[in-house]
Amino acid sequence: MSALTFRRPSRIPAAPLAIVIGVTVGALLILASGGNPLTAYWAILIGALAPASLPDALNWAVPLVGMTLVAALPLRGGLVNLGGDGQLVIGGLVAALAPLYLPALAPGIAAAVAIVAAMVASGLYASLAAWGETRLGVPMLISSLLLSYPAVGLTSYVVGFPLRDTTTGLAQTVMIPRAARLATIFGPLNIGLILMAAVALLAVFYDRRTAGGYELRMRGLNARFAGYGGVRLASQTVRVMFASGAVAGLVGAIIVLGSQFRFHDGALIAPGYTWSGLMAALLAGGEPLGAIGAGVFFAALQTGGFAMQRETSIPRVLTMVLQAVIILFLAIRHGVTRRSR
Amino acid sequence: MTSFITPSLVNSAVQAMTPILLATLAGVLCGQVGVFNMAMEGQLLVGAFAGVAGSYFLGSAWAGVTVAVAATVVFSLILAYGATLFRGDSVVICIGMNLLASGLTAYLLRQMFGVSGTFSDPGIVGLDKIRIEAINATPWIGWIFSRQTAITWMAWIFVAVLTIVIFRTSVGLRLRGVGEDASAAEAMGVDVQRYRIVAVLIAGALTGLGGAQLSLGGVDIFSEDMSAGRGWIAVVAVMLGRNHPLWAALACVLFGVADALSVRLQGQGLPNQLTDILPYVVTLAVLAVSHRRRKGGVYLETITARA
Repeated sequence: MSALTFRRPSRIPAAPLAIVIGVTVGALLILASGGNPLTAYWAILIGALAPASLPDALNWAVPLVGMTLVAALPLRGGLVNLGGDGQLVIGGLVAALAPLYLPALAPGIAAAVAIVAAMVASGLYASLAAWGETRLGVPMLISSLLLSYPAVGLTSYVVGFPLRDTTTGLAQTVMIPRAARLATIFGPLNIGLILMAAVALLAVFYDRRTAGGYELRMRGLNARFAGYGGVRLASQTVRVMFASGAVAGLVGAIIVLGSQFRFHDGALIAPGYTWSGLMAALLAGGEPLGAIGAGVFFAALQTGGFAMQRETSIPRVLTMVLQAVIILFLAIRHGVTRRSR
Repeated sequence: MTSFITPSLVNSAVQAMTPILLATLAGVLCGQVGVFNMAMEGQLLVGAFAGVAGSYFLGSAWAGVTVAVAATVVFSLILAYGATLFRGDSVVICIGMNLLASGLTAYLLRQMFGVSGTFSDPGIVGLDKIRIEAINATPWIGWIFSRQTAITWMAWIFVAVLTIVIFRTSVGLRLRGVGEDASAAEAMGVDVQRYRIVAVLIAGALTGLGGAQLSLGGVDIFSEDMSAGRGWIAVVAVMLGRNHPLWAALACVLFGVADALSVRLQGQGLPNQLTDILPYVVTLAVLAVSHRRRKGGVYLETITARA
């Protein structure tokens, strides 16, 4: 039945409709497990948007929006980077090790060096997947994902054995010196927020106002055509993946230098920023501004999820279900409207 | 050599390989009809959860397996209809399905069993191991096949069945036709959409079986995200085997060997963080070598999340 009614492109914009569907499915799930959807959603709303919880929501949004950009940049050109986790931990580890093992530097410079080192390391690691596609012919969708596992394993080994903080029983590095930590702005917020905002603006500018951004969009619409039109696809793949990985490195550096002050095994990937970011990017089809909006929305949803779990007995993984339903609905609905044209 | 490769090592490798093998066969079947399935990670998870839930509430391992297969088939409806009738992008749908599976099983784990992380209970009935004395006594064959679950046996039988069906029957001919040139198949009077939907659903059943093996075939627990990358390995195996069930199964064996080797190296005192990455490195290396012929290529297929 839905096939017939959905065949005509409706005037309701896709994303809000998808959110409504997601919220409805979530409500049904809550009802099925004996909860009250209204109180649950109210808890999410308050937990995300009340003035007291806003700093936490923003703090959660910084890495999530970062990982959204990691996914969105390649996606704009029709490429998929599934290796965000690996790039994230590489960046985090390098950011922690740089201030620990390089000679002491002045406060601002130490952090800057750590961030740049993290971005370059992650960027190079991500380019490895791109290089695998352009030189060896391994599809990047797979190589980026497969490269994630060795990165996670290696960083886990490094902080578990050779560079472990032996004074604690945990697999983590020692605390980084105060000089390399990011300055705080207000409450839990630090300079990372400003850095990420700048990167986000840069991504939007690149997408809309530069030749490179135009070429990337052309590739996303029709890669063959872009290739005939003179876009050097192979080098573009490597460049885009380097940028994507570098943003992942920045996210890792911001978390390590801004809030955790050490690299703790598993701490960067446990919150699942990578996959939520990928979903947000998919929600907007890789368009940076929309993706950033979607990333903020998911961050609000997840921060609210913590509050919901506290206030009601409903587990916060529900928000993950909501995100997945939204994406699935959009993917399917998009196909329907595409056919009707 | 014999001290390095022990019967129990071979045995556990074969046992561990089963979910991957079944997921791989599922991917092969979907690949043959031209649907790119990379939702096996999520499908295995759904199967594993449903298997434990079925076994726990119905008190029988085979009831659990049935529930696992049924639940995974239902879950696969998303891909079956989403990628055919609704013409969604299969990559986006599969990513969504994997996340849905992860979120949904974690949610249901808390709501149905009141635990987070891992659910273990004596009420979960595991699958029996098949013991045949004549086989157990034979070296190698005995190592491989002794004390395996019926699902492991079925998985290897399915490899043969799928190979015969795809390459030696008229149904298989049509299947391949749908995958190779859908419009030509359509012109020949083959209902392309129906073939695709049925193939994806059968693939769902296979992966559901794999999920049941994962949770009921030895450990008898369910833990969050317990598919732990096996579905992705299956995607790679399908790619390495170029949609041929035998070659894809061989790729699974390769991965199984690498996995067993990493367990062995761990036994030699190497830290598990390092040995765990061995299977992935081997897989990457094989991928790189096997794709060399297309050197310098850039994939022109792009995904469309939105126009």
